[in-house]
Amino acid sequence: MAKSNKPIVWGLFAAGGTITAFLTPVMIFVTGLAVPFGIMGPEVLAYDRIHDFVANWFWKLVLFGIIFFSLWHAAHRFRITMHDFGVRADRVVAKISYLLAALGTLGAIVLLLRI
Amino acid sequence: MSERQVEVEILRYDPETDQAPKLQSYSVPCQEEWVVLDAITYIKDHIDTTVSFRWSCHMAVCGSCGMMVNGEPALSCKSFLRDYPDKIRIEPLAHFPIVRDLVVQLDDFMEKLNRVKPYIIPKEKKSVSDGQHKQSPAQLKAFKQYTLCINCTLCYAACPQYGLVPDFIGPAAMALAHRYNLDSRDGGREQRQEVVATDEGVWECSFVGACSEVCPKQVDPAGAIQQMKIASTVDWYKEHLMPWSKP
Ligand code: SF4
Ligand code: FES
Repeated sequence: MAKSNKPIVWGLFAAGGTITAFLTPVMIFVTGLAVPFGIMGPEVLAYDRIHDFVANWFWKLVLFGIIFFSLWHAAHRFRITMHDFGVRADRVVAKISYLLAALGTLGAIVLLLRI
Repeated sequence: MSERQVEVEILRYDPETDQAPKLQSYSVPCQEEWVVLDAITYIKDHIDTTVSFRWSCHMAVCGSCGMMVNGEPALSCKSFLRDYPDKIRIEPLAHFPIVRDLVVQLDDFMEKLNRVKPYIIPKEKKSVSDGQHKQSPAQLKAFKQYTLCINCTLCYAACPQYGLVPDFIGPAAMALAHRYNLDSRDGGREQRQEVVATDEGVWECSFVGACSEVCPKQVDPAGAIQQMKIASTVDWYKEHLMPWSKP
């Protein structure tokens, strides 16, 4: 029996899961709750401020890391969830999920580089 | 001591004579402190001697009395009747072929258990005159939990993945592989990886977690499998990205 190559996608999934668990709630809180509900002032998300932030290479890299790992985590999670729901077409589901994650990754690179 | 009449439905099946399994119902006068196994034993002793089932210790250590109780895998000697309604349904463990009534064929599990080499493969040869292997409390604690497995196979009956993919090595065998991998005296991890790190090994697990929920000994096989996934992933990256790190 040959050793599996699943560690490639699972490694990304596990790393993404850790990052998502710790950072995504904070992002959702700031962008989705704190600012809209006035807990934080609108200046927190002001265009210039965010632009300066993202223009910095270090934060660009950090943002890319968060997006990249979260996407691959979501893709693998989606693949497993489809399986748990009884969809028995793992190969097709896997290809679609990972393709979407790859597209998202590419999109993130392009967008981040243009800032 | 109060007595309660419980309707016990038992799945009956003799593959040699029966077309299909069918439920047979028995009304059993049960004592307050009885477990499910007591009710089945009562049936065997007083109502129907043809009912077949396995048991031995009656104290949750031998692992032979596993059954589906109201659809959930459980040790019948550890399932108190007071926790169940007046009607219960007893079936053989799911995902295993039936030998007769509640007795299932465990050959598949035994064969898989064998494949993961669930015994110490010594790290270094040591003769008796070299003295004993010393192990610190911390080294013992690393794997102690996984030694508690009693091979009851409830985890296999609970695992939907094993039901779907019978080739899956499965929870208990994996937990035992992990147990020996973690033992400071053992040097057999690389041999076990040949089974563990395959598609049929840890990678067939989709982390439903049902195995750990039904385990009567808190072995937490799902936890063991996830830890082995991490270790196997590290191995994979080392092997493919840093080939020089291989011993
Ligand atoms: S891991 Fe738990 S449920 Fe599975 S065989 Fe061992 S004791 Fe039974
Ligand atoms: S009879 Fe031994 S575990 Fe139940």
